[in-house]
Amino acid sequence: MRINCPHCGTRDRREFTWSGADVALNRPAPDAGEAAWDDYVHLRENPAGASRELWYHDPCGTFALVERDTVTHLVGDAVLAEKVAR
Amino acid sequence: MARLIAKSPLAGLVPVEVGGLTLSEVETGPVTSVAPFKGKQTAVSKALKAAVGLGMPKVGRMDRKGEARALWVGRGRALVMGAALPDLEGAAQTDQTGANAVLRVEGPAVEAVLARLVPLDLRATAFPVGQTARTMVAHMMASVTRVGDAAFEVMVMRSMAQTLVHDIGGAAKAVAARDLV
Repeated sequence: MRINCPHCGTRDRREFTWSGADVALNRPAPDAGEAAWDDYVHLRENPAGASRELWYHDPCGTFALVERDTVTHLVGDAVLAEKVAR
Repeated sequence: MARLIAKSPLAGLVPVEVGGLTLSEVETGPVTSVAPFKGKQTAVSKALKAAVGLGMPKVGRMDRKGEARALWVGRGRALVMGAALPDLEGAAQTDQTGANAVLRVEGPAVEAVLARLVPLDLRATAFPVGQTARTMVAHMMASVTRVGDAAFEVMVMRSMAQTLVHDIGGAAKAVAARDLV
């Protein structure tokens, strides 16, 4: 499995650490209410199919937002997480 | 106060000849990590250029000017070696002198040997002189830089120095035994 680091290009999976779904990029506003925060902190999807995940490229210290299909194992585009963070 | 004796990271391990490769230590001189704050990349690069004649290196590059070298070592961070730096406005600077071991690996088989340890295409067509990559050497996080047609510099944390020499030595012996190059 290979992942595209936005800085370094395509690299082997062993250089990356999985950081879960892209939840951290969709942090609710401080006053969004209990339900939204409960969802943000505790509830996770378990998708079969297209997913958006954060992967950390350990050697260069970059978080990438990676599109990955959990059924076909296809790894798609990756962009700097910073570019999409709110 | 006790009188301490400075010891280089690879002291006692190199120079050594193994499997047709020459392993030697690179004396880096003072080393400073420079990490510009958000939005300060250009200003810091200019200040650095005024100080040592080198700007912040582009992703995957090592630039040289005389004794000074600027090595890209990750997102928004460079190591400046071989020159003492003044305080640069708008950047986090930390002294990293002696924190890393820099091993020069030289010999005709260098690409074949590193190919066993590094998950990257290091042939000259894909990885020319002056190119650097943050990647892995065996299980160690490392910076790999091509410095010549048959010469690379491999930088790892100082604590990994012995493992690095051991792993590269082992790979060099294995390549030499197969007489591949």
